[in-house]
Amino acid sequence: MDIQTWTYLIVGLSFALYIGIAIATRVRSTAGFYVAGQGVPAIFNGMATGADWMSAASFISMAGLISFMGYTGSVYLIGWTGGYVLLALLLAPYLRKFGKFTVPDFVGDRYYSNVARFVAVICAIFVSFTYVAGQMRGVGVVFSRFLEVDINTGVIIGMVLVFFYATLGGMKGITYTQVAQYVVLIIAYLIPAIAISYQMTGNVIPQIGFGSTITTGERAGVYLLEAIDQIHRDLGFPEYTGAFGPGNKSMIDVFAITFALMVGTAGLPHVIIRFYTVKSVRAARWSAFWALLFIGLLYTCAPAIATFARVNLIQTLHTKAYAERPQWFKSWERTGLIAWQDKNGDGLIQYAAGAPFVGKPEFEESSSGEAVLGTFGEPRLKNVSTDNGNELYVDRDIMVLANPEIANLPAWVVALVAAGGLAAALSTAAGLLLVISSSVSHDLGKRILNPNMTDRQELKYARFAAGGAVVIAGYFGINPPGFVAQVVAFAFGLAASSFFPVIILGIFTKRTTREGAIGGMLAGILFTAGYIIYFKGFVSGATAADWWFGISPEGIGTVGMVINFVVAIVVSRFTAAPPLEVQQQVERLRAPGDA
Amino acid sequence: MEQQPKQESGSKTTEYWRSNLKILGVLLSVWFFAGCVLSIFFVEKLNEIKMGGFPLGFWFAQQGTIYVFIVVILVYAILMERLDRKHGVKEDK
Repeated sequence: MDIQTWTYLIVGLSFALYIGIAIATRVRSTAGFYVAGQGVPAIFNGMATGADWMSAASFISMAGLISFMGYTGSVYLIGWTGGYVLLALLLAPYLRKFGKFTVPDFVGDRYYSNVARFVAVICAIFVSFTYVAGQMRGVGVVFSRFLEVDINTGVIIGMVLVFFYATLGGMKGITYTQVAQYVVLIIAYLIPAIAISYQMTGNVIPQIGFGSTITTGERAGVYLLEAIDQIHRDLGFPEYTGAFGPGNKSMIDVFAITFALMVGTAGLPHVIIRFYTVKSVRAARWSAFWALLFIGLLYTCAPAIATFARVNLIQTLHTKAYAERPQWFKSWERTGLIAWQDKNGDGLIQYAAGAPFVGKPEFEESSSGEAVLGTFGEPRLKNVSTDNGNELYVDRDIMVLANPEIANLPAWVVALVAAGGLAAALSTAAGLLLVISSSVSHDLGKRILNPNMTDRQELKYARFAAGGAVVIAGYFGINPPGFVAQVVAFAFGLAASSFFPVIILGIFTKRTTREGAIGGMLAGILFTAGYIIYFKGFVSGATAADWWFGISPEGIGTVGMVINFVVAIVVSRFTAAPPLEVQQQVERLRAPGDA
Repeated sequence: MEQQPKQESGSKTTEYWRSNLKILGVLLSVWFFAGCVLSIFFVEKLNEIKMGGFPLGFWFAQQGTIYVFIVVILVYAILMERLDRKHGVKEDK
């Protein structure tokens, strides 16, 4: 069977499984819809959290990012897993004990204010939509490459599926589909990694394999990481394992980005909400452990894939004749994720540091819409060449998606990777959609606008909001805003500078007041948003040289967070202490046992 | 089902909370040491040491830190459970 048949088969089976689970777990109450009736066992919640957490970016893009960034790519590994530790130790147990359904619930009740609740709702919705658009796009990309349907058709298929199980089963349906999706995505990630590790180093454990020696070829007997450092030096890149210095980010920027990612991920509402679904504080702590163990399995594997892919890519393509390029190059060339521009006219692929040309590849087309071919049969590009020696354009997403093909693995493995990418994107999308839906129906509808709403009405609104959110998310998936990358920096910075400080202060201090929390959130958000908008090119003229303390917009959430803390603490000092019942509520969060 | 929390006296709650904060303090120090000190601040120094094919700093940044993080959460769950038991919180079920 060919790749496409296998893909239809495996993706079809996995979708049938998700739908079956959704029907088996449909719910009839808001408690079921928002928090799965608080009856999810710790280990299942751990898997569901893993799938919820690991998005299309983790599955498809992260290894590729690390592959191109080397050591600096560690910011994602440390940032995302380290943020998870903060979440497990500082937030999850207390929020679970607090009960309730959502993050704005906590903010609104702890700070006895609907204004604070409203600010939290807006942040939750903004962060979630930013994320979900990326997931839908990921679904579209996987569909278009592996099933050769239009990207938009792919997005619509994904929408219909998520719509079905999110509106029917709510959190309960989402939880158990996420458990299944975790299993699919981890198998899909590990099988190619193990196979490639064995091929290159003779070691079946990728985490050890990328520190082993190469078994075959001209570099046999050399440590893989030494080989890649040597290749990098030869081609003019900074060393793969080297930190900082020319061509890399500075130490302070690496630290700021790592820290912003940590506190940003700890403040992501769709992950926090998962801890409301278990039955006790004890179960919340254990599910946090299971979740990081399951996440760690993929996260420790990603840098190994990154190294294998980097060596493989350069060895298979650099100074090889374009006419004899491998089959995977041909299939991915059509997607525009890889392209070659023969600058010196020798027909060989030269790879070196720097962008080969300006922008993403744009292929020339004849008047009849046919691709125009160059001397060596390559699709000709409209892009303007740069003056360096690099002729190869490689999109980072290719590193995971094309990895099995680059390593000549069988067709069913390629199909499995497609199903894994879809599982990662769909599981995260579903979790985010639930946050949006509960923010609208519960926080806005029930808690702010109409407190007398019955459970049945609220459930109806929740389903309606989930459906509406799917449609809007799909729209952004089909028409992605041109500034997606900027917006992602925004989402992390915003989560870091809004939720994280006020939740921490709400638990660990009794004195933090309504005014302090609102002031802190607004100051943190406005500063972070202002900095990102100013330095991300929305306002022309500002460059990296103008960054404050050398901190990039991606890392500025760290500073926003500090500002939020300082403003909240100072303002609280000068305003009236919180009411007695709020202080008692905080006291209860600190007592042993479940509240 | 959930058990009702025992009626704790104020001082016992304070004692529980103090122990909790102490555990957090120690574990978060470990978290910061692995995630930021070993992986970022001292990475270049550590890279001079080789562990098999891995420069040590690079290994911490891409592998070791994640293992440390998993152990930190595991230790937290175990220590808190012990603390709970000492304060008379019953196990689930």
